[in-house]
Amino acid sequence: MGWISQVVAVTALNIRTIRQRLGSSAVAVVGIAGVVIVFIAVLSIGEGFRKVLIDTAYPDTALVLRAGADTEMTSGLSGDEAKVAVEGAGIRRGPNGPIASPELLVIADVPKRSTGTPANVPLRGVQPQAFEARPELSIVEGRRFEPGRNELIVGRAAMREFELQPGMSVRWGEHTWAIVGVFEADGAAAESEIWADARVLQPAYRRGNSFQSVRAKLESVDSFDKFKDALTTDPRLKVTVVRESDYYAEQSTVLHSIVRTIGYGIAVLMGIGAVFGAINTMYSAVAARTREIATLRALGFGASAVMVSVLVEAILLSLIGGILGGALAYAAFDGFTTATMNWQSFSQVAFAFAVTPALLIQGIVSAATMGLLGGLFPAIRAARLPIVTALREL
Amino acid sequence: MKYLHLVWRNLLRRKIRTTFTLLSIFVAFVLFGVLVGIRSAFTLGVELAGADRLVLLHRIGFMMFVPESYGSRMRSVQGVSDVTHSTWFGAYYQTPTSFFANMAVEPEPFLKMYPEYIVPEDQKKAWFDDRTGAIVGKPTAERFGWKIGDRVPLISPIFNRPDGTPWTFTIRGIYTAEKKGVDDTQFFFNRQYLSETFRGVSFIEGNVGWFIIRVNDPANADQIAQRIDGLFANSANETKTATEAQFVQNFAKQIGDIGSIVTAITGAVLFTILLVAGNTMAQSIRERIGELAVLKTLGFTDGKVLGLVLLESIFIAVLGGGAGLLVGWLLVSAGDPTGGFLPAFYYPPRQLVVGAVIVLGLGVAAGILPGLKANRLRIVDALRRN
Repeated sequence: MGWISQVVAVTALNIRTIRQRLGSSAVAVVGIAGVVIVFIAVLSIGEGFRKVLIDTAYPDTALVLRAGADTEMTSGLSGDEAKVAVEGAGIRRGPNGPIASPELLVIADVPKRSTGTPANVPLRGVQPQAFEARPELSIVEGRRFEPGRNELIVGRAAMREFELQPGMSVRWGEHTWAIVGVFEADGAAAESEIWADARVLQPAYRRGNSFQSVRAKLESVDSFDKFKDALTTDPRLKVTVVRESDYYAEQSTVLHSIVRTIGYGIAVLMGIGAVFGAINTMYSAVAARTREIATLRALGFGASAVMVSVLVEAILLSLIGGILGGALAYAAFDGFTTATMNWQSFSQVAFAFAVTPALLIQGIVSAATMGLLGGLFPAIRAARLPIVTALREL
Repeated sequence: MKYLHLVWRNLLRRKIRTTFTLLSIFVAFVLFGVLVGIRSAFTLGVELAGADRLVLLHRIGFMMFVPESYGSRMRSVQGVSDVTHSTWFGAYYQTPTSFFANMAVEPEPFLKMYPEYIVPEDQKKAWFDDRTGAIVGKPTAERFGWKIGDRVPLISPIFNRPDGTPWTFTIRGIYTAEKKGVDDTQFFFNRQYLSETFRGVSFIEGNVGWFIIRVNDPANADQIAQRIDGLFANSANETKTATEAQFVQNFAKQIGDIGSIVTAITGAVLFTILLVAGNTMAQSIRERIGELAVLKTLGFTDGKVLGLVLLESIFIAVLGGGAGLLVGWLLVSAGDPTGGFLPAFYYPPRQLVVGAVIVLGLGVAAGILPGLKANRLRIVDALRRN
């Protein structure tokens, strides 16, 4: 009899008898499923956050900030600097001239829907070019704000997370604003923002004629260096130029690393716990079948076939746990929307948890690993059972 | 205590099962510690906020400046005992990613306002006397290898020096925190340096980030906050004053439910681990009901048998859980695992008590059901079961 067919035969026997050990097998499955749920759920926070910030940023869009600034929040450009920057080489040209948008970014206190407590919602002052620089943006409700008036449009995610509604008016400082529209932008970070006319926002936040960034659509992905060189060598400017995609990748690092540290930390700890559970289960599985295993060995089944079959059983159980955990995590957390503070700019970003296929695979692979670790020692014990004494048992 | 030996022999009967039950409980309580740490990290250590301190910000938000001249007007409000201010500087050392909080403060009033920062007397004096002096928390000093007397260049994207050179500070003191969980990663420097550099630029010279106000009686804190805001109502710069605890809480709420989601799911799994471990413990007692009947035959009273059973399950819980709590505490006390982003990652001692209660609860819960069952059984029935 071939070794493979021995393994298959013993494994099949093991699996058929699982029903008699349902309790302890279920314990192992549940333990591993729990680990996988936590692992996937925690990491899906980081993935969701990345999705908003990275997947929706464009490599052919460049952001001009003041030299040394790492966020729009800490940047500042005078009106003259902005004027020079929008004329830089390498910027795509549209019907109304270069597609480059000087923007102002401040923070507005808006109550969060979930808690009612104030949150720092980004409030962006823009001019008509901003809509050209973001072709993905579209108004889905109401209309755009009218230049020169105290009107706002809000991102779809901002409307969902914060107390903002079209038709509502809000008061910040001495000014009252009317919300006139809602916009969408392919799920990008901009959807967490509120937009207003920069010319109205500047005096309201006492910014004179200053901006914080210039967002420029480039002729192509490759004209970035041309644009960057033109601006950084211009003696009238002291600026940093970054690709939008790199800028947002940088913005997501803190939260992502926190979530990863926590996610992996908890998962490893819980994984150890689950492995202990699996070891207990498999030891009792081997103990319950001492006589059967000895009988098989007496019939001529090899020690390694017995060992492998125990391992296969452990891995199968853990795979069931892994798939169960993955499915539950997907059902419970994928698309769960929330908002958090972006540590780098202290302003809110709304996002949805994203249970990605890669995370699911990672979860299931780690489940299998736990099964392997949990089954190893019991499998060795099964293989080493002295046939004669084992047969005499019970 | 003479029964301890009996309990011990029972535990050794199935060594592997006992070992792994112990280990599962151990891991569960290590995890409990980590959860406690995460929870306090995401609530930003709100329980450490000074009850008698208020924070005053510009009504529009933290990014707007407040006129420095407001300070003297606040001082005149009844019930206010102390006022100082602070300004977010947002600087970095060498690379923009090397995040640490740095603020321009008035050295002497600042340390009086925050007695939780401990600075040796001589270093304190040196800081007060140095216009470009700064103090920094121990973890941050160690992170960048700074020592007292070092001159450190920082670049602030918010406050660019007019000549474009970096700001150079002299480290005059390295402070420690009075209690665990107090953020000791921050860098504070003499506000004079900032004001003098921007002499004549009224936007910077005459403005500060926020005020910190001490009140005589925390019970009146909300009232005083309202009175202060009333002073500046309808001015060009309206203010918003709240207790430090409210301020921290609101800030923590901005981070949102991430912390609570992580704690909730992990808590649920923790509960499952304990349920499974408890079930295994109960199982090992159920298996021995026949033996318990023998004990009763030998004259052990119901109470004594129950006591024995409980002793055994509590023994396992305390051994595994106690070790887990201890290791969890050591692990969390080692500090923030993210390198500076969660400074309030610590183990509030109150939570150790909560952990100990759960440990005992686990022991009692696992033992009491099979124990009571053994009590109810008539000896003959129990003996006949085998």
